[in-house]
Amino acid sequence: MSTKKFNGLDIIKYLSLLIGVFMVLFPPYVIIVNSFKSSDEFNTASTMALPNSFFNFDNFKVVFERGGLLNGFSNTLIIICVALVFNIIFGTMVAYVLGRFSFKLKKAVFGAYLFATVIPSITTQVATFGIIKQLGLYNTLGAPIILYIGADVIQIILYLQFIRNIPVDLDENAMAEGASLFRIYRSIIFPLLTPATATLVILKSISIYNDMYTPYLYMPKQSLGVVTTVLMHFQGVNIADWNLISAAILLILLPTVILYFVLQKYIFEGVTSGAVK
Amino acid sequence: MFGTLSYKTQKNIIIFSFLLIPVALLLLFTYYPALKLVWFSFTDWDGYSPEKPWVGLNNYKEVFSNPDIFGVFTHNFAYFVMGIVQNIVAIYFAVILNGRLRGRNVFRLLLFLPYIMNGVAVAFMFGYVFDTTQGSLNLLLQSIGLTKLGETSWLGTPGLVNYSLASTGLWRFMGYNMVIYIASLQAIPRDIYEAAKIDGANAWQTFWRITLPNMKPVIQLNLFLTVTGALEVFDLPFVLTKGGPAGASQTYVQRVVETAFAYNHYGLASAMSIILLFFVIIVVGLQQFVLSRGGSSK
Repeated sequence: MSTKKFNGLDIIKYLSLLIGVFMVLFPPYVIIVNSFKSSDEFNTASTMALPNSFFNFDNFKVVFERGGLLNGFSNTLIIICVALVFNIIFGTMVAYVLGRFSFKLKKAVFGAYLFATVIPSITTQVATFGIIKQLGLYNTLGAPIILYIGADVIQIILYLQFIRNIPVDLDENAMAEGASLFRIYRSIIFPLLTPATATLVILKSISIYNDMYTPYLYMPKQSLGVVTTVLMHFQGVNIADWNLISAAILLILLPTVILYFVLQKYIFEGVTSGAVK
Repeated sequence: MFGTLSYKTQKNIIIFSFLLIPVALLLLFTYYPALKLVWFSFTDWDGYSPEKPWVGLNNYKEVFSNPDIFGVFTHNFAYFVMGIVQNIVAIYFAVILNGRLRGRNVFRLLLFLPYIMNGVAVAFMFGYVFDTTQGSLNLLLQSIGLTKLGETSWLGTPGLVNYSLASTGLWRFMGYNMVIYIASLQAIPRDIYEAAKIDGANAWQTFWRITLPNMKPVIQLNLFLTVTGALEVFDLPFVLTKGGPAGASQTYVQRVVETAFAYNHYGLASAMSIILLFFVIIVVGLQQFVLSRGGSSK
């Protein structure tokens, strides 16, 4: 196999892959080169040209000073952390009950989670909005948090797959030694679900980090801006300064991109195990 | 204390207490709003006054008879078309990257990269790519000699704007579909291919007779997501064009949100939401029907 020469088919394969990669990288490339250009440089040079220096961090400074980006990052981080803690607790609890016990309403509960995916959440916002207001959570960090903490069906399926692989013998042994069912959940099931939890943490963090709609609708107050709404506001104010906006875009893309390259193996696993089975 | 109870009692307590909050959240934030939505859709509620005047089916009649509302769906059509293209490209790359190839993992990594990027940042990024005068796409086209094409107003031409926006969606989600297709390819048993090889099947026959049929369930799942995704597009046109030029890129969900929150027609917006919900359920129903038929014919 390895001694085989390149043939026509291989050339087509590589050529199409290179075109694909070029298309993927072209927009970020433009953002990167322009984020290092001064306004003068930006106005005179071609947008595709490399900057005079990759050490001109002026635009990034301006974004941090004027854009409220640090505030946006910290709000986002708070929301992600709190939502994830509850998400993990609720997700493992539901999966433990559905995976280990049989009871009357079991199918109904799972079915309710399954059918919920059919309801486009964006359409029910009109009514959800009223509930958030009644709970007094409008314009607080509590609004996105409470909307994110509920377990979804993908998450439950992910946990259920892992629970099925935990031998029931373990539970039975623990029971023989007198452990309570809660103790079995806490000391056996929960720790053994850690790989699934890691997957969930990565995927859910990315999806909360990237969500624009929930914070936009429920937290219009500027001090409560998250990365997406901060960027929207910054762009609105500096609409003509593309070098500044480029820097802001780059700063917001950077955390997930770094996370992606570090954790790519787990991200691929998570995406496929959540979707294929 | 809890441990001293019988396991039967413990079981009941665990089931109840472990499901209580999660199911309550599910009911409160998914099913209750959905039911309320049904009720609102029969009223003329403005979103804040205490009385909600009952108007029966008037809102539904309005949605279906007013071409201005229902016509917005034609804008969603572009997302459907690009979604199909996206799946074809994704299957193509998945098949290539599932074979023996130098740098396979690097290509996979780079093609998936857009999926994890922040949607708003991506939208602004493409705002710059598509800009008519200084946009990098037009500069690129001009630099390779396509001067005429390089003067296109990608976001300013009514017939074109939705396809420009939808291609951003393709850019972002193609890698995601590709990774799922790769996973489904890896689940196909290798010996089927060996057997086909012995029988003298060529690459194309193998793809058409073995690979594609085995990917069918996943393709259907992705097509379902494509259709519902196309129906529910919101953030991209909202951020990038604000629905412009002159409403040409406004999507249905954007229209719903505007009707409710900008014009205070909660009742009408609710009816629009319910209609969308029905479309999605119809798609799921068709999907199930096709899937179960495909399953039994095997």
